[in-house]
Amino acid sequence: MKIHIKGGRLIDPAQDIDAQTDVFIAAGKVVALGAAPDGFHANRVIDAAGHIVVPGLIDLCARLREPGLEYRATLESEMAAAVAGGVTSLACPPDTDPVLDEPGLVEMLKHRARMLNLAHVYPHGALTVGLKGERLTEMGELTDAGCIAFSQANEPVDDTQVLFRAMQYAATFGYTVWLQPTDLHLAAGGVAHEGEIAARLGLTGIPVLAETLAIGRMLQLARATGCRLHLARISSRAGLMLIDQARLDGMQVSCDVAIHALHLCDVDIGYFDPQCRTVPPLRAQFDREALRAALADGRIDALCSDHTPVDDDAKQVPFAEAEPGTTGLELLLPLTLAWAREMHLPLKLALARITSDAARVLGLNAGHLKVGGAADVCIFDADAPVRISRETLRSQGKNTPYLGRELLGRVSATLVSGQVVYEAPARH
Amino acid sequence: MARNPQLNKHGELQHLLTTEGLPRDVITRILDTAEPFADVAEREVKKVPLLRGKSVFNLFFENSTRTRTTFEIAAKRLSADVINLNIATSSTNKGETLLDTVDNLAAMQADMFVVRHASSGAPYLIAQHLEATGRDHIHVVNAGDGRHAHPTQGLLDMYTIRHYKRDFTQLSVAVVGDILHSRVARSQIHALSTLGVPDLRAVAPKTLLPQDIERLGCRVFHDMREGLRGVDVVMMLRLQNERMQGSLLPSAQEYFKFFGLTEEKLALAKPDAIVLHPGPMNRGVEIDSAVADGRQAVILPQVTFGIAVRMAVMAMLGGGNA
Repeated sequence: MKIHIKGGRLIDPAQDIDAQTDVFIAAGKVVALGAAPDGFHANRVIDAAGHIVVPGLIDLCARLREPGLEYRATLESEMAAAVAGGVTSLACPPDTDPVLDEPGLVEMLKHRARMLNLAHVYPHGALTVGLKGERLTEMGELTDAGCIAFSQANEPVDDTQVLFRAMQYAATFGYTVWLQPTDLHLAAGGVAHEGEIAARLGLTGIPVLAETLAIGRMLQLARATGCRLHLARISSRAGLMLIDQARLDGMQVSCDVAIHALHLCDVDIGYFDPQCRTVPPLRAQFDREALRAALADGRIDALCSDHTPVDDDAKQVPFAEAEPGTTGLELLLPLTLAWAREMHLPLKLALARITSDAARVLGLNAGHLKVGGAADVCIFDADAPVRISRETLRSQGKNTPYLGRELLGRVSATLVSGQVVYEAPARH
Repeated sequence: MARNPQLNKHGELQHLLTTEGLPRDVITRILDTAEPFADVAEREVKKVPLLRGKSVFNLFFENSTRTRTTFEIAAKRLSADVINLNIATSSTNKGETLLDTVDNLAAMQADMFVVRHASSGAPYLIAQHLEATGRDHIHVVNAGDGRHAHPTQGLLDMYTIRHYKRDFTQLSVAVVGDILHSRVARSQIHALSTLGVPDLRAVAPKTLLPQDIERLGCRVFHDMREGLRGVDVVMMLRLQNERMQGSLLPSAQEYFKFFGLTEEKLALAKPDAIVLHPGPMNRGVEIDSAVADGRQAVILPQVTFGIAVRMAVMAMLGGGNA
């Protein structure tokens, strides 16, 4: 299959390109940019005039709910959601049921994903067995099975000795450890950012201290063990300042932020909207502003959807009883564009955070459209509205505070390894 | 944006969920409406027919005999049919969700739900659900949700203060005790600041205060003596048993020593200061018996006024904004 993507504005942050450039694809790879190679006869020409052509988006954290939580979502539904959102590669955390702590489970997931032939799936293996924070997993075997990093998902490791050794062991082989910084005890029972809103609504607070204390602990352990550390879902300005300081001291550490944390804060909980219950919690307005700025200037490396499909039964309950999480795969692009517009950022910079920068964090040769590279492509109309509704979302998770809203940035087509895996339905 | 869920589109009271954001005029109207109901209690025949033919469901997802009883008496004095459901011990334990329970009861032609729930915001969920499903003729009264609000308690406290002190705009009021876990404290604070109390104080150890409580409009005191100096009203809060020892407080004895209301500490308040307590009291923990039974305590009148205020709220909601 030879494809010619014609007349689009190519934005490829990895190659510093932002210009009208045609893309030529053959045998799953990009074979030329600009002019067609000699003798290239396209089987298909995709008219991208007026649209933007970018490397397929890379999502650092998307829960597919397989294995075990298929009533929440299935690989089919979530992979369809991914490509509908322009996401062609995604990393999934190990908090499935059973937990991704055995090579067989990882192989099965990779196999199922390959059979679907939609987005590429990169599992994170569990750092400890069952994410219980007690025993190390077979990290070597898990890597051979296809894990690209090790994580505790949202389960803190309470025992510092265990975390120390897990990081030591990971460092032995050069594996990256992903940790979501939350102090188990300070966050116990908490459901919202500790501050005025939680005080008014009578919700148990999670103090910023739960994040900063955990970051401090993780940074020190990473320094002591030489382990490569990625801090997932930073939520506070104070947390960012600790990471800044560590980098000034010469430490290599990466971090990300969830897309909803760039747009929402604790005030959005409003009258107890369970859709605004997240882990970590939506924090104060000044935290949100700090996150937006830090992502713009690169102190936060990348952006993720933190996609977490939750069924209605687990959301239509009082706020504190609601399961945390929001659906995100199909909101990642429009909300990234909204952030870029509101911050007056060049699109190339903004899109880098969900393409080339995300690939760098994951250590993947992806997130670019270099000649010879995989033809993972997202084509979108930045000015076309996309309605977020139960009917339009392909994800089985309809849980988002944006339900009923209209955002800008409509994906028109997604290609994975040179195959068109998604095309937007014709517009009326 | 979601509009204030307790007011209808005409700005009238549709549900009573919290005292926060309740217009001053609405609060005053509730208190005014309660005045004649306080007299009903003195009459030979204690009933008025305002809610005749209406069904009030007391939905108690958390046990509270006292609060449930006062709502029951209030509804009966308004001639409503009252159905008490102690759901803490029934259907949700069988796996039925909160909203399923509500749907089932709504199908039994309920006119009003009086809801007590351990989770903050549960009555909002019910009110929003009723509205979303086109059943906004059913009213919801919050009878206490988690740590969030207990608006009828807050309002009966306002009634009590107005009864003894008349003018809110000259008062110093201290709220003392476990404010962190108290829905009563939040409802009092919002109502007091809406009614124009110029000096509102929160008195508690740091472990029993929510972060940023000052933003609700109160001054914080950790020294009870300082906090009580010159006040007109002392509002004591109940300290739950499970908070008395552990990581919040070392012991009930030490709490009493520093934050228990004794005659000696009360002497620092104005000579005509009144003492309120939402009950049930822990004598010797947050309040000394000499004070609880003393001449400044208005704790029993609170209970009596509570019925009148609850009658007023139910009459205004169910009787077409009487």
